[in-house]
Amino acid sequence: MSLRRRSRPGESLIQGFLFFCGAFSILTTVGIVYEIGKEALLFFGDPEVNGWKFFTGLKWQPQAGEFGILPLLNATLMTTFFAMLIALPLGLCVAVYLSEYASPRLRNWLKPALEILAGIPTVVYGYFALTFMTPLLRLLFGKDVVDIYNTASAGLVMGILILPLIASMGEDALSAVPRSLREAAYALGATRLETAVKVVLPAALSGLAAAFIVGVSRAVGETMIVALAAGAGPNFTFNPFKGAETMTGHIVRISGGDLSYDSIDYNSLFAIGMLLFFVTLSLNLISQQIVRRFREVYE
Amino acid sequence: MPQTLSPQYAIQAKNLSVYYGAFRAVKNITLSIEQRKVTAIIGPSGCGKSTVLRSFNRMNELTPSASIAGEILFMGQNIYAPEVDPVEVRRRVGMVFQKPNPFPKSIYENVAWGARLNGFRSGLGRPNMDEWVETCLRKAALWDEVKDKLQQSGLSLSGGQQQRLCIARAIAVKPEIILMDEPASALDPIATLKIEELMRELAEEYTIIVVTHNMQQAARVSDFTAFFSMDEDRAGALVEYGLTTQIFTTPKDSRTEGYITGRYG
Repeated sequence: MSLRRRSRPGESLIQGFLFFCGAFSILTTVGIVYEIGKEALLFFGDPEVNGWKFFTGLKWQPQAGEFGILPLLNATLMTTFFAMLIALPLGLCVAVYLSEYASPRLRNWLKPALEILAGIPTVVYGYFALTFMTPLLRLLFGKDVVDIYNTASAGLVMGILILPLIASMGEDALSAVPRSLREAAYALGATRLETAVKVVLPAALSGLAAAFIVGVSRAVGETMIVALAAGAGPNFTFNPFKGAETMTGHIVRISGGDLSYDSIDYNSLFAIGMLLFFVTLSLNLISQQIVRRFREVYE
Repeated sequence: MPQTLSPQYAIQAKNLSVYYGAFRAVKNITLSIEQRKVTAIIGPSGCGKSTVLRSFNRMNELTPSASIAGEILFMGQNIYAPEVDPVEVRRRVGMVFQKPNPFPKSIYENVAWGARLNGFRSGLGRPNMDEWVETCLRKAALWDEVKDKLQQSGLSLSGGQQQRLCIARAIAVKPEIILMDEPASALDPIATLKIEELMRELAEEYTIIVVTHNMQQAARVSDFTAFFSMDEDRAGALVEYGLTTQIFTTPKDSRTEGYITGRYG
């Protein structure tokens, strides 16, 4: 028997291929950041643009040379708020039900069913907002109060879209709470509800917070629903029943039109994209930090 | 109540069988546990010791497939009768687990939580919560070690301290019986000794039932010993039950003798 090292050419080939696959996705990300950053720099470098006013201006009118991001940012925050208003409480309830109440058989059936909800194309949700949620809101609050395009409708439907995400991540966080903690609570004479609310939920808090942040990040980046249902026009308003355009919605509408390449309007889209990128990136980083802390709790 | 219960018994199992799905894990156990004594349940791995223990406070039913046949009488009442609330049973029959499992809350809160849950109210003539927490921690022989850091997390304690915290937590809801499922098996010898001393002290006030696979421990701490073994169809059965001194010196059954002398198991 020889202990000599044999050459295995297939091994290094596979290793090289796998490395290429990993590098490819990272390089793509770098490329995207580079492209957005380049165009955004052109925008901020333009003499017509005031960087300070970009972050503080209340008007977004590229034709008039007004580039204030706040109307778009405000609309994004409003749709996000309404989305989380639906997704967080309902998602949490679903998560608690799945992890603490449902029998294993029911859970195995319900979780995939919920994930189908996440698989519906977002454009369908957009039409659902326009043809169901908006008429419903108008029925409830009056036709003269609720515009056809409004942030509330888009936000609420976006909440339905995000609900399965919160429910699924929340369920993961709750099931990660050791069984021994539940047993400890039951052995002290706690009911199912007391165990779920007073022991399991607090113990899973950081995992739930991470789910919440990922949900927010999803809502901020969501495009199709808001493009269809939230309104087409940068409008600075806190009235959820008025139309207002979000950052993503604006990018879609403008880049769909005939916009001349290298104009300041064109570059402004990249500035918005850059901001969007930073918002979601920082939200994801925060959630990663929270999840990391969460992992250490029981070790 | 048709069944008459001799007052000295804390809990009585009558023809108790426990099933997991179709598998019968434990069969036909009949056992009467004396009040305010330490009763040890010993036997080889897989003979259903823990299963029997967990059926004494209906913890078994948290396992979805588990079911029982027979009766368990506590205070003369079958705790598996349809009108009995398992939550109430668990308030009266506390449990300490194999692995210390304090809540990720403060030491104070670990003890106060269950008491508050069970309607502990401070008021005239009754101790307030601070005093009650101190009482429980003293009974669990932990007070001197933690009195200056009650607001720290229960998880910051050592394994042995955590287990005594869990005992304090169990005492805090004023149970009559404390079930202990191999409470020292995850601890070092010194921490184990402390838990054993504690069991002796607690037996003045509570009925203690302890599952252990450490025979020296059973011999040291218990007044009564029940020896379980597996029969041909892999179901756990009670082989012999009696005073600990008798079981360890003059066992009646050859299987008991074989086990305690280390010939099998």
